[in-house]
Amino acid sequence: MAAMMASTAATTAALGCVASGQEVGRQVCTTQKMYNGLRVATAFPGQKKIEESAFASIKIRSKAIVTMAVATDVSRFEGVSMAPADPILGVSEAFKRDNSDMKLNLGVGAYRTEELQPYVLEVVKKAEKKMLEAGENKEYLPIEGLAAFNKATAELLLGADNPVIKQQRVATVQGLSGTGSLRLGAAFIQRYFPGVKVLISSPTWGNHKNILNDAGVPWSEYRYFDPKTVGLDFEGMIADIKDAPNGSIILLHGCAHNPTGIDPTPEQWEKIADVCQEKDHMPFFDVAYQGFASGSLDDDASSVRRFVARGIELFVAQSYSKNLGLYAERIGAINVVVSSPEVATKVKSQLKRLARPMYSNPPVHGARIVANVVGDPTMFDEWRAEMQAMAGRIKTVRQRLYDELSTKDKSSKDWSFVLKQIGMFSFTGLNKAQSDNMTDKWHVYMTKDGRISLAGLNLAKCAFLADAIIDSFYNVQ
Amino acid sequence: MAALARRSRRFISSSSSSSAAAVASSGSWWKDVQPAARDPILGVTEAFLADTHPSKMNVGVGAYRTDEGKPLVLECVRQAERRIAGTNFMEYLPMGGSVVFNDHSMKLAYGEEASVLADKRVAGIQALSGTGACRLFADFQRRFKPESHIFIPVPTWANHHNIWRDAHVPQHTFRYYDPVTKGLDFAGLMEDVKRAPEASVFLLHACAHNPTGVDPSPEQWKEISALFKEKNHFALFDMAYQGFASGDTNRDAQAIRIFLDDGHQVACAQSFAKNMGLYGQRVGCLSVVCDDTQQAVAVKSQLQQIARPMYSNPPLHGALIVSTILDDPDLKALWHTEVKGMADRIITMRELLKKNLVEAGSHLNWQHITDQIGMFCFSGLNPEQVDRLTSQFHIYLTRNGRISMAGINSNNVEYLANAIHEVTREEEAEKAA
Repeated sequence: MAAMMASTAATTAALGCVASGQEVGRQVCTTQKMYNGLRVATAFPGQKKIEESAFASIKIRSKAIVTMAVATDVSRFEGVSMAPADPILGVSEAFKRDNSDMKLNLGVGAYRTEELQPYVLEVVKKAEKKMLEAGENKEYLPIEGLAAFNKATAELLLGADNPVIKQQRVATVQGLSGTGSLRLGAAFIQRYFPGVKVLISSPTWGNHKNILNDAGVPWSEYRYFDPKTVGLDFEGMIADIKDAPNGSIILLHGCAHNPTGIDPTPEQWEKIADVCQEKDHMPFFDVAYQGFASGSLDDDASSVRRFVARGIELFVAQSYSKNLGLYAERIGAINVVVSSPEVATKVKSQLKRLARPMYSNPPVHGARIVANVVGDPTMFDEWRAEMQAMAGRIKTVRQRLYDELSTKDKSSKDWSFVLKQIGMFSFTGLNKAQSDNMTDKWHVYMTKDGRISLAGLNLAKCAFLADAIIDSFYNVQ
Repeated sequence: MAALARRSRRFISSSSSSSAAAVASSGSWWKDVQPAARDPILGVTEAFLADTHPSKMNVGVGAYRTDEGKPLVLECVRQAERRIAGTNFMEYLPMGGSVVFNDHSMKLAYGEEASVLADKRVAGIQALSGTGACRLFADFQRRFKPESHIFIPVPTWANHHNIWRDAHVPQHTFRYYDPVTKGLDFAGLMEDVKRAPEASVFLLHACAHNPTGVDPSPEQWKEISALFKEKNHFALFDMAYQGFASGDTNRDAQAIRIFLDDGHQVACAQSFAKNMGLYGQRVGCLSVVCDDTQQAVAVKSQLQQIARPMYSNPPLHGALIVSTILDDPDLKALWHTEVKGMADRIITMRELLKKNLVEAGSHLNWQHITDQIGMFCFSGLNPEQVDRLTSQFHIYLTRNGRISMAGINSNNVEYLANAIHEVTREEEAEKAA
């Protein structure tokens, strides 16, 4: 019975991992003593001993009997219940099942062209062609990843001339895109800063909580989104960061905050940095949209560079899913900017030790693409141009949506947040019921927190979307 | 979890051009971070690369080499890559990876006609090669059978211990290798399987055991399976060398088929690193046989929940290559030929190494070199002898005496044999005395 309850509790914990404000302590194995002296373990719930089966004594002569015998062996995993659909990736799955002509997928943040088609960057095609012709081998990368990639990614993030790079104070390890890089950082935090809490914005990308939970890192939230202004609750944010125990870790979005699209202004970033220094906090930047937000790689990295310039030690997780359209190839990096090259070496070695039992070494394909693009000046310039085009299309669509909303909405509601927000996402301010209405009535697929992905919107659909938003906002509570 | 005491850190001004020493902080975040030890396996290659000696040999990591000592990209892989170039949109795969890939993988492991597949009761999810597949299982075991432990053979691939440790699953070992016979300690294995608590979870190497190269015979597998049935044990098969061991993919999966025939519900961690030479692409599959479709769907959904906070979804490129090959009868036939070619070269090198040792004048028993199977030979060399091989002869291998046969070729086999003979002279003298 106890084993059954433990199993149920574990399942419940697994399902409840996105509860708001939940803290997670460390897991402890409680059954060590069962195995000392090799006493018989408690049977798994639902397990029938083989002797009880009517078929146990029948010798296995034919496949037919084997099949019947199998039916009486209850699986170890009988107690495993269906996991809920992932709130973000599950949206695309639901979209695919919808047969309506007017359906619109504003769920997952993958860029779409004006024709609402996926987009493979020209430079990526060129890089892949070059790689195919070069006929490189497929040997294991080192645990830390492709050296050329690691060099390029740190330089892209911090600027090639950054003193911290010159002083070799950055530990960079290739990771499985943003998620994998965050997970390495979280695993490191759990091991080396046990008990230190990570503060995450309210709201934040849903998977942040899963990552911290699975890594066994406690977290709590700082205020971020202000529903009244559909903007940043800056005072709340600063108060909560000040309130946290000294030496906490603050998860910040480098640019194009996901899901709100609301970024601090440069002055606000300075203030956030002030507080982090006062409180000896360690910032952990999630940079998933560098170049994709404003169109400029340098501008989008300015928040990180600002902190680094002050001498603050910090973590940065990077992703090339969006800015190079390499979603499927899982390419990113975890960077740790530290006080000395000796520390950087040690930190890197421990990050490797965390990666080895997860996947041994990272995938080579995406890393080579990035290294090729960044390493070739012509391709690098072309990349910049394509990034600007993507960011530009999003800005154009924001403008059109804003125009449509302002025109169609006869009330005095201020829709300008659509223009002020930046990046792929917009936090509409719609609540769950209203978001459900968007999907159920209008076949507009979005996440239940009111987030829409503007990358999935084109000019032709702006009027329709404006209608849907206005209907949901006013007619549904 | 007490709040941390105030840390003092010196902040580095941006105008500082002083050396790193000036910016070393006191009482910093990092004081508990020690340099990690080199990975025992991957660290060998690092050391090898740093060595400039002309006769150096890398028989450490298990990556296949041609007779010219070069890495090999299979022709079927090259063709598949050309075929897929420019055809996909690079969109995220689902969390469980490519469904087409998973289906092919599971058919390869369990057999095209496997009833468990026809019944649609196997949960399969694309994983980051064999490591990722094992880790998914270990995390799944921790989450859904938190009271369970893992039984691991001695010896095993070093990273198995890291995986289950980081998954917080307690480990036990069971006897496997007999250092006297340099073969299987079958009696010890069976005894340990019997003594383990009812319904324990065991990690078994499906074929080409790493690091020993020692596999149970089909008859022995049948006995193991029967005992597992008696004890209601659960088997996770780590299959990293299917096709690579004997040259025949069905033959190499025999152990799994025997267990399935006996009605076991197994799990399998597959890797395409070696048998398709896709090492750096990180392609693998974790599959779990369940009671029925509904349970398989539930188990898959939970495995996805473990993958999501680790890497969200797996990389596409390698999976596309595998599916393209296994989907096309011609490419698949080509693959079978190529994998047999690799296996045959390894078998030839085994014969050559043994022959050269005899010709070098060694009187020790080297029968195990040809008895063992797969990429690795457990030479029986002790750590001191290994260290001498490295320091004196610039031959790189792991300190447990494991030699990667793939690193041996017709040009260096004699050099290796002579070196081994040299470092074992004392042992020979002792035996003669």
